[in-house]
Amino acid sequence: MADPLSTTRAPSRPEGRRVSDFSIVVGTANGTGSQTANLTLLRSIFQMGVPVHGKNVFPSNIQGLPTWFHIRTSAEGWVARQAPEIAVAYNAATLHEDVAALPPGGVLVLNGDLRGAPERDDVVTYRVPVKELMEDATAKGKLKEYLANMTYLGVVAQLLGVPLDVVHAALESQFGGRRKLVDANYPIVEKAWRWSEATLEKRDPFTIEPMDATDELILITGNDAAGLGSVFGGASFVAWYPITPSTSLVDALKSHLVDLRTDEDGTPGWTVIQAEDELAAIGMVLGAGWAGARSVTATSGPGISLMAEFTGLGYFAEIPAVVWDVQRVGPSTGLPTRTGQGDVAFAYTLGHGDGKHPVFLPGSVEECFEFGWRAFDVAEQAQTPVFVLTDLDLGMNTWMARRFAYPDEPMKRGKVLRGDDIPDDFGRYRDVDGDGIAPRTLPGDPNPRSAWFARGTGHDDAAVYSERAEDWQANTERLARKFDTIRGLMPAPIVDTDPNARVGVICMGSTQFAIEEARSHLTRAGHHVSLLRLRGLPIGDAVRAFVEEHDRTVVVEMNRDGQLCGILRSELPDLAPSIHSVAYLDGLPYTARQIEAWLAPHIAATGEHVVEEVS
Amino acid sequence: MTVPAARQPNVVGLTKADYGGKPSTLCKGCGHNAVANQIVQVAYDLGLRPHEVVKLSGIGCSSKSPAYFLGMSHGFNALHGRMPSIATGALSANHALRGVGVSGDGDTGSIGLGQFKHLLRRNVRMVYLVENNGVYGLTKGQFSPTAEDGLRLKYAGTNPFPPVEICAEALVSGCGFVARGFAGDAKQLRELLKAALSHRGTAVIDIISPCVAFNNEDDSRKSYAYGRSNEVPLEDIGWVPPQDDIVVDDHEPGETRVIELHDGSRMALTKVEAGYDPSDRGVALTRLQQAEDRGEVLTGLLYFDDQRPSLAEAVGLGETPLVELSEERLRPPREALERVLDRY
Repeated sequence: MADPLSTTRAPSRPEGRRVSDFSIVVGTANGTGSQTANLTLLRSIFQMGVPVHGKNVFPSNIQGLPTWFHIRTSAEGWVARQAPEIAVAYNAATLHEDVAALPPGGVLVLNGDLRGAPERDDVVTYRVPVKELMEDATAKGKLKEYLANMTYLGVVAQLLGVPLDVVHAALESQFGGRRKLVDANYPIVEKAWRWSEATLEKRDPFTIEPMDATDELILITGNDAAGLGSVFGGASFVAWYPITPSTSLVDALKSHLVDLRTDEDGTPGWTVIQAEDELAAIGMVLGAGWAGARSVTATSGPGISLMAEFTGLGYFAEIPAVVWDVQRVGPSTGLPTRTGQGDVAFAYTLGHGDGKHPVFLPGSVEECFEFGWRAFDVAEQAQTPVFVLTDLDLGMNTWMARRFAYPDEPMKRGKVLRGDDIPDDFGRYRDVDGDGIAPRTLPGDPNPRSAWFARGTGHDDAAVYSERAEDWQANTERLARKFDTIRGLMPAPIVDTDPNARVGVICMGSTQFAIEEARSHLTRAGHHVSLLRLRGLPIGDAVRAFVEEHDRTVVVEMNRDGQLCGILRSELPDLAPSIHSVAYLDGLPYTARQIEAWLAPHIAATGEHVVEEVS
Repeated sequence: MTVPAARQPNVVGLTKADYGGKPSTLCKGCGHNAVANQIVQVAYDLGLRPHEVVKLSGIGCSSKSPAYFLGMSHGFNALHGRMPSIATGALSANHALRGVGVSGDGDTGSIGLGQFKHLLRRNVRMVYLVENNGVYGLTKGQFSPTAEDGLRLKYAGTNPFPPVEICAEALVSGCGFVARGFAGDAKQLRELLKAALSHRGTAVIDIISPCVAFNNEDDSRKSYAYGRSNEVPLEDIGWVPPQDDIVVDDHEPGETRVIELHDGSRMALTKVEAGYDPSDRGVALTRLQQAEDRGEVLTGLLYFDDQRPSLAEAVGLGETPLVELSEERLRPPREALERVLDRY
């Protein structure tokens, strides 16, 4: 099955009609409150049982710059970005480009008060008299501006055939039942919807028809899922520094901690500290991990840069910590509100000198939840900083998801010795089990044998300062052994091998959606492509097997330099010649069409017929 | 038969030797060794339980010294200038622990100035010692940020910049316990350490600790000779455990003032300087400036205020440290997850 969420019945497809299978883009100015209208439209479609997904393409700005919200609805359940056929143009600054981008046969819902809109006789244009519809609104100033966005919500919903009561319910859900807000917004929506019904003649083919494909699903962002998963993983200490696009992860984490781990008398079973910078954030997290708490920070690329020195200390002193990197586009400040996968190589080997770190690669909001708790198990089992690399697209956008599965195993707290269990010959870094992981003790233990001195300086297996060559070599060799043990702790890749495929694709994270959709198109066209979605580093044996099974392995990733491809080539040097890179980054999530075009030459190179027409 | 002092058990049954650490690898005569010795003495005198203490440090000569005391306590030798963040995390995760941090003038005043000030803002309950010698020792003699304007050193020449005044930085960052000691004045240092260990939040003691290798010329303000001849104590200090009565020594001149500390112990401050009031931050800043102008080394308790809650108090932590929460408490039940998901 192409899409794991798809439990759909096929929609009716009368001749010429486009039912529940198209994309909308809403162009507004940042800071005008359009997000409420956009998410309510999204939620309305979801509540009609129709698969839907929204992507916010927004500027690094508080107010005024253009922002676009993409809504894709797909009866088959596809969620990748797709060229929109319906444009809502409410931003004077982008009016021309928004209109120009529409394909022939597209639909333009235009704020009729905007002057100078270009004429397109190959698109259906609906003009919304925003001022007129707002006449009765008593709100003033900024609030009135916010409410104006409710006009396109009403009009678009009506044009698509979304009933008014569905929009009302979605609005209530969006406002979390806050009556005052619903009461302020809904009358505008209703007026616009009824105006549209009474005035506009439907001249386009796009409609939504009810389905039952979303009954068991929820709508959630990846950051929210990650925060929730962290709480179920036992996170009790959080330190962070605000940075887009990770801020909402910590906001969610904190609100779930308030909700789920606060005593009846108000005593928190947690501490969240907004640090002075990311250096301090990771330092605090390591301090708490050393003391025995499950501790976590969340950041993005620039923060990862600042965490490099401490990560090396955490690796070498062997302190558990969980670091979420919600990737944006770098280098430097880069494109702070766009998505990418450019931190993989850096995070994997963060720090000077030798050192590698376990990296989780969630590819869905369900996995953001699952890895949210599982990352703590690996951090404590392996006694080392663990990274979870997600991205802005997954983290900040709203996705359909199955209800999250409760952790199906008890917490794995790793090798911790306490009290009388601490042997006379306890040595903090003594590899008694041969797996590279030595038992640790925690501060506060009354057994005097418990004490050891955590340090980033060279040390022997009793944690005592040492510059002896053999101590250094033995210790770092043990750390390498430990990393091999970690291979077995990471989540296995999701592998879908097509026995007829000569080309295998390896991907990670949120690009899977466009790749899966492209595969379905390719399959329909008679081309066979296998897929392995990596979910963690270091890799295990499954990756080698996959590469061996295919003539050509193509690593698709959202960066310029093919970072994951480089890692795989160096981990599988004998197979490197058959591992190829498709690396592309422009800040926007991939479309299936892009993937098809990129894979075509690789399919051709294996002797298969080239895909000439991508669908 | 009398038991030698080092083997005489204290109230918790430990000898002074039990509070020792590894042999020092610092230079003979280094002020830092004297500080480590006084920490051992004070821990023994107070009957500290080693497992209730964590030792923390940054990087530098000073930061090596936690290895030389409290060998039965856990310790963390952090990054250069980043001990405060490790301490903040550790003492949030387990706020039943007492922190004893040792830093240096470079570690605190240069690379770590930001973390130092934010530690004080948050008022993490710990003793923060700055072993201040005005020079970088491990890298062989560069000026530290606390080197005085005009100081001449063999390696570095003449310092053209004004010093970072650690105590003034602590004062303006909201620290409620700001003191200065001198490694050569053991008695005063012991009393300051005892009082600092009883403080509610972060207690800073800036200890002038001469570097015998790179900064011990007689005219350097961080030298033994300068400290001995120019030290100006603000008061004589006597720390008194909670259970004991205060007996004011008749021989001490001036007015005696008793300050109650957070754990019920008390500190008796006998003024040697007329009119000094350690509860006035403005006065403390003024006196620091005057001392600077006169070339004096002002020692003693400069400022005390225990009204501000510690970090653990400010965030409302209860009696149970976060590290002792059970798995049942850490992982909410299945029903809780379902309840949350119902909202989406």
